[in-house]
Amino acid sequence: MIHIECLLGLSAIMMFAGIYGFLTRRSTLAILLSIELMLNAADINFAVFNRMLFPEGHEGYFFALFTIAIAAAESAIAIAIMINIYRQLSHLGVDKLTKLKF
Amino acid sequence: MSYTLFILLLPLFSFLLIGIVDMDILKNGKVWSHKAAGLIGTCSLGIVTVLSYMTAWQYFFQTERLADGSLPTLVPFNTTWLPLGNLHFDLGILLDPISVMMLVVISTVSLMVHIYSFGYMHGERGFQRYYAFLSLFSMSMIGLVLATNIFQMYLFWELVGVSSYLLIGFYYTTAPAIAASKKAFIVTRFADMFFLVGILIFGYYTQSFNFSFAGSEVQMADGAAAFIPCDPQTALVKNAAYAVLPISLVLMFIGGAGKSAMFPLHIWLPDAMEGPTPVSALIHAATMVVAGVFQIARMFPIWIEYAPQTLSVVVWVGAFTAFYAAAVACTQSDIKRVLAFSTISQIAFMMVALGVCLPGEGEHLNHASLGYMASMFHLFTHAMFKACLFLGAGCIIHAVHSNEMSAMGGLRKYMPVTRWTFLISCLAIAGIPFFSGFSSKDEIISACFQYNSICGWWMTAVAAMTAFYMFRLYYGIFWGTENKELHAEHTPHEAPWTMTLPLVVLSIITVGVGAVTTLAGFGILPETWNFGSFVTASGAVYGVHFDMQVALTSTCIALVSIGLATWIFKGETQPIADKMYAAAPHLHRWAYKRFYLDEVYQFVTHKIIFARISTPIAWFDRHVIDGFFNFLAWGTHKLSALIKGFQSGSVQQYAIWFFLGVLAVLGIMVFVL
Repeated sequence: MIHIECLLGLSAIMMFAGIYGFLTRRSTLAILLSIELMLNAADINFAVFNRMLFPEGHEGYFFALFTIAIAAAESAIAIAIMINIYRQLSHLGVDKLTKLKF
Repeated sequence: MSYTLFILLLPLFSFLLIGIVDMDILKNGKVWSHKAAGLIGTCSLGIVTVLSYMTAWQYFFQTERLADGSLPTLVPFNTTWLPLGNLHFDLGILLDPISVMMLVVISTVSLMVHIYSFGYMHGERGFQRYYAFLSLFSMSMIGLVLATNIFQMYLFWELVGVSSYLLIGFYYTTAPAIAASKKAFIVTRFADMFFLVGILIFGYYTQSFNFSFAGSEVQMADGAAAFIPCDPQTALVKNAAYAVLPISLVLMFIGGAGKSAMFPLHIWLPDAMEGPTPVSALIHAATMVVAGVFQIARMFPIWIEYAPQTLSVVVWVGAFTAFYAAAVACTQSDIKRVLAFSTISQIAFMMVALGVCLPGEGEHLNHASLGYMASMFHLFTHAMFKACLFLGAGCIIHAVHSNEMSAMGGLRKYMPVTRWTFLISCLAIAGIPFFSGFSSKDEIISACFQYNSICGWWMTAVAAMTAFYMFRLYYGIFWGTENKELHAEHTPHEAPWTMTLPLVVLSIITVGVGAVTTLAGFGILPETWNFGSFVTASGAVYGVHFDMQVALTSTCIALVSIGLATWIFKGETQPIADKMYAAAPHLHRWAYKRFYLDEVYQFVTHKIIFARISTPIAWFDRHVIDGFFNFLAWGTHKLSALIKGFQSGSVQQYAIWFFLGVLAVLGIMVFVL
């Protein structure tokens, strides 16, 4: 039997890896990957809590499914935005995308 | 008589129809807006005219008179538009002798002008716009006379002002027309401000906007009760009301003086002649400019009951204006300006006639307030013959393409119909028996003599001047030397039938009314045929007889004036006139320049008000008030510079702040709470 702390530790590592990637990577594509990582960390948490604490219910699994669907839709939109950015500016460096300000 | 509502609504509908629907595209490629817009306007006005005559017939001949012989005040339609506590603004239709008489005047003249404009405005750019505005004007003027209360009157009063502004500025590409329309609007608006203040004072102290306190369905039940506003400290409030009513009436009179071009607010009317001539005939001669007279006639029961002494203000303003305008009219060379000053002078006659009324009880009121009847009668006759004169002037301008008398002369051979109708109207305005102006002007002068003899002789003198300048105009246009240069280009010709028909109709009315009332006044026809059986101060029938002394004097004086004008102006050359100019060049120049009143206004407004008052206020506004707000904006801008660096545009920086924020909240939740 695997302890719940191990599984939560895994998701925490994934979460912080995602946050680190989000804050440090320059490529928009890599940032998108980091976001997926964070979402998956959350999914693992849902599944783990459902499995370990409330084995008779299914809400956690369904939430994880919803999150996966939303993540798919979100990545489609994000890629569309990226294509547009690339068409306009011929690069995807997030450090140079600072037009939206005061 | 609820069909009277259509009299008001039909022109409104035709205004909306002509004003909104573009009739140029009715037939592809071919523009026939010309006929469509004009026909719709004229047809609706034709129906309005028929309905007005029906109303007049039913009201004057088929309505049962009250016990004292007066005609009842009917309210076929009334609705509360805006309730404000005890006060309420009503919209409705009120039929009483003067409003029904005005209906007849407005619809007749307006229909004639609609027909006439077919010829006069033929091929003009903006023909459709012109007819839309004519409908708007007709609607507003009808609403003004049918108003059930002073506030509704004010509403339509402003609407006629707007339509007058739009029509004066009809040729909006020419600078004088723009200046004239602005001048007319600003001067009348300035006067209307006093009117509004008067209405508000009136409404506050009497708790009603009605025209009279005497009992009938729309009016207050009892005179004393009218002066009890919300709190019942009766004695105090009552005295205040007695003191305040004359003030509010005089303020309203200032509004009326602006609209009716009384001295010193007359300056807009001569300039208003920049508009199309049929408009001058309709608005600036027959209907809108008599709104001031109508307003006093409307408030007459209150004037005569509560402020009879204050009417002397009206007398002296009117008497001075009549003389001033007649003096200026003697020297003008632009035929429309002569007619404009003549209009001012004639309206002043009506004002004086209202002013010389004296209070009286029951039967005696009609005798003491003869001026009321005379004023309304003169309003009626003047509308007809002055509209005819203006339309005639339009025919002449149409033929010679100039307003100046120097371009005319000798036109009697070329334009017979215009000439004879013009002559009839000139005889009417001069006050020759058997023409309508005689009967009404004679009543006015009788009323003036009843008031005091100075006033009577003064107005007789002005009547003599009227005859003189009208015949100077007549001879200047139709006699004298022909302008050969002009005729070489093209010979003047009579106007088309659409333009001459209204002249003939209006002069037939002038002669018909004149003949009947003159015969009735001399006792040959029954006295009920006279105007006194329709409109009188008390409402009861008043048998009008001419005061033989006055009638004879004024006829003789008018004939002498006409003779004088004939002697001076009829010939090919005018040696006497030239000698007169040479003898008093300054006087002539002063009168020709309208005694420099426009220059005085220019000086007062530009040099004093604009330069000494408005400029400093504008400076204060730009520098102090605007400066304060600019300072606030500048301070905010500078403060924001301190923190706006946070919004760097870099998404990752935002994410760091967000992440730190989450950590901070978490920290507070874990360690503090």
